[in-house]
Amino acid sequence: MIRINVNGKALDFDLPPDTPLLWALRDTAGLTNNKYGYGMGLCGACSVLLNGTSIRSCSTPLSAVGSGKITTIEGLDDKVGQALQTAWRKLDVSQCGYCQSGQLISASALLRRKKNPSDADIDAALAGNLCRCATYVRIRAAVKDAAKSLA
Amino acid sequence: MSTTPSSKTTLPRRAFLQQTSALTLALYLPNARAGLVAQAQASNAANLEPNAFVRIGSDNKVIVIVKHLEMGQGAHTGLATLLAEELDADWEQIVIEAAPADAKRYNNLLMGPVQLTGGSTAMANSFEQMRRAGATARAMLISAAAAQWGVGTASISVSKGRVTHLASKRSASFGELATRAAEMPVPTDVTLKDPKQFVLIGKHAPRKDARAKSNGTAIYTQDIRLPGMLTAVVAHPPRFGSTVKSFDADAVLKIPGVVDVVSIGSGVAVLANDFWSAKKGRDALTVKWGEANAFKHDSAEVMAQFKMLARDPGAVARKDGDADVALSKASKVVDAAFEFPYLAHAAMEPMNCVVRLGRGECEIWNGEQFQTGDQAAVAQLLGIAPDKVKLNMLFAGGSFGRRANPVADYVLEAARIAQKINGRAPVKLVWTREDDMRAGYYRPMFFHTIKAGLNAKGKVIAWKHRLVGQSIFAGTAMESMMVQNGVDHSSVEGAQNLPYQIDNLLVDLHSPTIGVPVLWWRSVGSTHTAFSTEVMIDELAFAAKVDPVKFRLEMLNKNPRHAAVLNHAATKAGWNNRLAAGKPGEKRGRGIAVHESFGSVVAQVVEVTVKADKTYRVDRVVCVVDCGIAINPDNVNAQMEGSIGFAMSAAKYGAITLNNGIVDQSNFHDYRLINIAEMPKVEVHIMPSMKPPTGVGEPGVPPFAPALSNAIAAATGVRLRKLPLKLT
Repeated sequence: MIRINVNGKALDFDLPPDTPLLWALRDTAGLTNNKYGYGMGLCGACSVLLNGTSIRSCSTPLSAVGSGKITTIEGLDDKVGQALQTAWRKLDVSQCGYCQSGQLISASALLRRKKNPSDADIDAALAGNLCRCATYVRIRAAVKDAAKSLA
Repeated sequence: MSTTPSSKTTLPRRAFLQQTSALTLALYLPNARAGLVAQAQASNAANLEPNAFVRIGSDNKVIVIVKHLEMGQGAHTGLATLLAEELDADWEQIVIEAAPADAKRYNNLLMGPVQLTGGSTAMANSFEQMRRAGATARAMLISAAAAQWGVGTASISVSKGRVTHLASKRSASFGELATRAAEMPVPTDVTLKDPKQFVLIGKHAPRKDARAKSNGTAIYTQDIRLPGMLTAVVAHPPRFGSTVKSFDADAVLKIPGVVDVVSIGSGVAVLANDFWSAKKGRDALTVKWGEANAFKHDSAEVMAQFKMLARDPGAVARKDGDADVALSKASKVVDAAFEFPYLAHAAMEPMNCVVRLGRGECEIWNGEQFQTGDQAAVAQLLGIAPDKVKLNMLFAGGSFGRRANPVADYVLEAARIAQKINGRAPVKLVWTREDDMRAGYYRPMFFHTIKAGLNAKGKVIAWKHRLVGQSIFAGTAMESMMVQNGVDHSSVEGAQNLPYQIDNLLVDLHSPTIGVPVLWWRSVGSTHTAFSTEVMIDELAFAAKVDPVKFRLEMLNKNPRHAAVLNHAATKAGWNNRLAAGKPGEKRGRGIAVHESFGSVVAQVVEVTVKADKTYRVDRVVCVVDCGIAINPDNVNAQMEGSIGFAMSAAKYGAITLNNGIVDQSNFHDYRLINIAEMPKVEVHIMPSMKPPTGVGEPGVPPFAPALSNAIAAATGVRLRKLPLKLT
């Protein structure tokens, strides 16, 4: 059994330790909102927070989580998470939406670190989260809008 | 060879969950209809159901049934806007439900008896249908109110979901009137609003999927989980056209979680209780492939073959005057060749499909884009009637054309696997990114030549455009409709209808058969024809020493829409102002292009900075679109922004290449997409129009690459005619 903390709850997984966190969350825990897009850690659709930092769950083995706290979009209900989701809706950021959970996770990690990010900060923090619909213009605007509403 | 260990078929989930608090059971084991329920919390209290597109319940919810796939383009919101407009509903009371597969009720009115989302037609074909559906329901609500209050229908008004009789100050919600309204006769002729009366169309209706897509509750095929479901990962052959000769599954079946291994002819499927076990199983599998009919060429060889073909005349797509004679009289001849690689759609959600087989019927969960084709293909495979194939249309994590395939490739693959295990468990087929990238059905490779002649006054008097590339429609059920006299319309669209006034014009086409499967890719033929024509026009303007905007305008006298859009783009971009200089060592340039596709005209001005190391950065794109009436202007803007980013990935990086028949690319590290840091500033302007709507999902793509190439030429003097555009 591997016990990890997901969205504030202890979950036990009877899985091989090399199982990627993504598939443990999706197929075993039923938390399907971090998405499979790439499998090698560069598209960002699978992003989750590990102690507040955005990581790629598709290439993070279950055994590497240890005592760290995992937050998925299902658990992104703090002030920063809510401000971002509100901004996302206000600006109609999402198109197909498949990557957006990952975008929101990475954006929340940024806003936790930096209250008033510049374009360059946003670009750097979200460069690993690809969006095939290219909603990037609105992602930038929504991150700024959320930052403003939190100020 | 395949085994059916019965002990492994049911659900001894080796991984189970001991949770300290409530992860709900529903989430852990969502019921069979989870996908549907999640997309539309549909009302069961459907009292008024005057047609196939709307249900109004006593709970005051208005369920709008949408026949088109929501893949990001905004179809759900757009279709609901049309209906809500004529119903005078409150936008908040509108709930979306995806239509079932039924071409009798839900066919695409521009495509005959076919239910399909594509060709940027969702709004165009539904514009009247959805408004009529809404107006019909509205008329019945008014009749019900008139009967209830004993007043004439003419004295009743409807606004924002309330039916009102002003004189007696009585009003009722739709929900309160729904039961009575259902007893009223369904009117056969309803009057639609004058566009001046529109309260939703042309205004901002927030996307109906915005909430689900920002809090993670939107359900895609990838998220469907049925009781007892097995996940299938398939070993596909390394080359197109190969078949399974034999396979060894001994090692695979020892992997915990793996349940079965079956051959489906074109591949070998590993079935497991979860994805990761299935993938481990697939990795452990050894397959011997029969390669008698395998495609074993390099893409470079194919291009060389195209270049040979281009020496000879092809099937004529358009002939005005005599281009050869005019060329012989020209005072200046410009000759150019253009190369386009295969492109993968690379939707963020790799292809996947869930199939459950029953007795004489079957149910499928899919980001369903081509109901009629998929139903027919699956019905034929299973030997059942097409209407016994139930399709649940879920959100698609992108498509760009990939989820509508006339040969139903991945849907059939999922159905074959379910058939091979005798339907004893529902099957979820999951392609990895690598499977998706290497599965073919690419935007076809193309080679173009254009030879054009200018007279002494710098006027274009001759244009000879030859295209060489695979036909998308040849060999499909739609061939007779789309291929005429050897010309696949989708190969020459955008070239055949060149908007410029040139008296002597020839467009011809070679359509060689190549063993690499091809398919439509966002904006189809215009992905290449816009590039060759708009780069060539620019080149001719430089040869004639005339400003590229002025040069185009002089030839657009018969196409005022193009001229207006082009002019507006130039104005908004400040075309006549000098571009600010870059840093030392940088060169900056501005380029323009205009193109019509799917009835919409789009012009873009691209500003580029070419750095000292010959890499480049796109700084700003100004985009003007004429799409008829803009049903949802903000969504038109979003589609233009997204199309520009999508086109930029292709222009900067996109290429699928083959070596000895094997696809070189496998994932996003070698088939790159632009990231947020590369996304330019985008400014979109919509031409005011009251004409019926045309498309916006695709038309923003074509002008970008030629405008970028033209901008690079303006900056450096180097004309890039081969995609992707590289200066190094």
